[in-house]
Amino acid sequence: MAKIKLSERKLQELKEVCKSFNNDKGELINVLHKAQSIFGYLPAELQEVIAKELNVSVAHVYGVVTFYSFFTMTPKGQHPISICLGTACYVRGAEKVLEEFRRVLKIQVGETTADGKFSLSCLRCVGACGLAPVVLVGEKVYGRVSPDGVKDIVAEYNN
Amino acid sequence: MAKIKYHMLVCGGTSCHASNSEDILKNLQDLIKIKGLDTDVQAIKTGCFGFCDKGPIVKMMPDNTFYIQVKPEDCAEIIEEHIIKGKKVDRLLYQGTASKENLSNSNNTGPHKKQIRIALRNCGVINPENIEEYIARNGYQALGKVLTELTPEATIEIMKKSGLRGRGGGGFPTGLKWEITRAVKADQKYVVCNADEGDPGAFMDRSVLEGDPHTVLEAMAINGYCTGADKGVIYIRAEYPLAVERLKIAMKQAREYGLLGQDILGTGFNFDIEIRYGAGAFVCGEETALIHSMEGLRGEPTVKPPFPSESGFLGKPTNVNNVETYANIPAIINKGADWFASIGTEKSKGTKVFALAGKINNVGLIEVPMGITLREVIFEIGGGIKNGRTFKAVQTGGPSGGMLTEKDLDTPIDYDNLIAAGSMMGSGGMIVMDEDDCMVAMAKFYLEFTVEESCGKCSPCRIGNKRLYEMLEKVTQGHAVMDDLDKLRNLSHVIKDTSLCGLGQTSPNPVLSSMDNFYHEYLEHVGNKKCRAGSCKSLMQYIINAENCIGCTLCARNCPVDAIAGERKQAHVIDQEKCIKCGACMEKCKFNAIFIN
Repeated sequence: MAKIKLSERKLQELKEVCKSFNNDKGELINVLHKAQSIFGYLPAELQEVIAKELNVSVAHVYGVVTFYSFFTMTPKGQHPISICLGTACYVRGAEKVLEEFRRVLKIQVGETTADGKFSLSCLRCVGACGLAPVVLVGEKVYGRVSPDGVKDIVAEYNN
Repeated sequence: MAKIKYHMLVCGGTSCHASNSEDILKNLQDLIKIKGLDTDVQAIKTGCFGFCDKGPIVKMMPDNTFYIQVKPEDCAEIIEEHIIKGKKVDRLLYQGTASKENLSNSNNTGPHKKQIRIALRNCGVINPENIEEYIARNGYQALGKVLTELTPEATIEIMKKSGLRGRGGGGFPTGLKWEITRAVKADQKYVVCNADEGDPGAFMDRSVLEGDPHTVLEAMAINGYCTGADKGVIYIRAEYPLAVERLKIAMKQAREYGLLGQDILGTGFNFDIEIRYGAGAFVCGEETALIHSMEGLRGEPTVKPPFPSESGFLGKPTNVNNVETYANIPAIINKGADWFASIGTEKSKGTKVFALAGKINNVGLIEVPMGITLREVIFEIGGGIKNGRTFKAVQTGGPSGGMLTEKDLDTPIDYDNLIAAGSMMGSGGMIVMDEDDCMVAMAKFYLEFTVEESCGKCSPCRIGNKRLYEMLEKVTQGHAVMDDLDKLRNLSHVIKDTSLCGLGQTSPNPVLSSMDNFYHEYLEHVGNKKCRAGSCKSLMQYIINAENCIGCTLCARNCPVDAIAGERKQAHVIDQEKCIKCGACMEKCKFNAIFIN
């Protein structure tokens, strides 16, 4: 696999973050949260840097990254779409909504569209069960989404 | 609250927030200024009212008027009519489902009947971002009383006498837990707040943290005083950004007021709190896994003993309690153990917050006394089943719980009764299902969750649940044989008996309870290849009714797999072998000629 070149400026920012946590390995999860918000995802090359900064093995960092569903090793789309598959949304038809997103965007869960615009993922309960079924685009919450409404949501971000 | 005639409380919980409650608040505040009402009227943001299905909510105080599904453009009318003319805006009032009357006073409103708010006492009442409003509602009074009048032992005695049990799911007596942690000698101890609410469909902890963050801080400080800890850690899901933000504001204010930090209230007691973030792992709700995650490790559970009270965070004695448990504590100290113990059943005292969701009219948060029946919760408070359908089952306890049916509707809800009925209290999620929900598919849904969330450390959970899931898939696809049903049951018991932590020990519960209560549905799937709820796709057949079909060919042209054949102006036929059950034909048909068998 080809190595990814990480931006120097962002790397500097990351090192500052590690320093602010005293390069303490107990703060690994906090560091990963910050790293993901700086870079958008956590590629292997980035994990090597973090391992070095916190003085732990790369395997240790990789183990933690892959354990938690919040962390991702693939870049997300410009507008990440997440469909809630919590129980409340499930019984109100979230699966059909997910299927429609798959059909409209022509990608599977965990993938990003070729133009890098959208990515599709599932999550478990954002706690807005009153609005079930719920879809998140970036930070914006869409409630009571029906399969028919999927096209409109995508169109909103497509111009 | 300042001396103001009218307060307009705008819900700022996640559900309402997502439906533009910020804009409503801003509009109201702007209008109040423009109309020169600022000295008499104030619009503030509060926590969740527990009425999420009807959001965004605006509540008018002091007359308790409850406006639902308010839009930003409704604000002018509310100000004009309600405030200036003193007339209620009828069209925005809550419509009772049982009687068709408008209910304008929310204290009598359907969902508020039969509720007692202890843990949620301040949610939707105060502005969570203002410590003074919390103090005005007796906030930090309990901490003051404990620090100046009571010894740690006396406080623990109150907790024990109150009968409060852990609200996170286990139901372990809180006072006893504190006593055990206190008894361990160590140079450093920790108290932890478990805010890793992972049960899909339960959102009470989020509402407490968003609506009343100070109550958690106060209770943690009391816990620290009793157990001998000077450090607290809140472990919270990264998926709750609003709760994190409000906690941070609350912590900053508490430090400024000398209610956190060094020498609290001049008593020499030191206590401070930090926040650690989860990163999406259900198993981290388990104490030992949570502690490993706080240490920056994979959140895998370890064998108990040693219990966290002996060796927990960084190897030090650690007392872990859940958000809702904490939210009860200041009220117990202020009002006394006897008051709290007078509510509820013999072995389960006080109230419990439930998140009602699924096929129910009033989705939202409710707080009810222990001992209430499911019937009262679902049909009186919850307003019955959506769209007039028939009640089929309710799942309590999330993926670890079980399905309760018609026969359990009159059982008083408490920890022990729910376990006896084959479910559990869990964190308080209540998902209501109607006749359109297939119980096998529901069991499969929960298993899919468990398979994804199993940490993989012990094989019964890692491999066993995966096999269970595959067997259920066979059933829902119509490939299973009778033998598989016995295997399903046997494997469930093996997983329960041999898993390391609570996740695996409870994960087969949805399978077992659905088999106990709906065995006939399993039999139908296996024997007749039939799903009575019509939700298992593989068992469905799309069929064209030759009488209604005029042969317009629209369906055949829209079928993505060319499964429909027929001449023009002749009735068409669907080839069941080719059909992928996408439903496109039924959607397109203008003559209602296609139906599902």
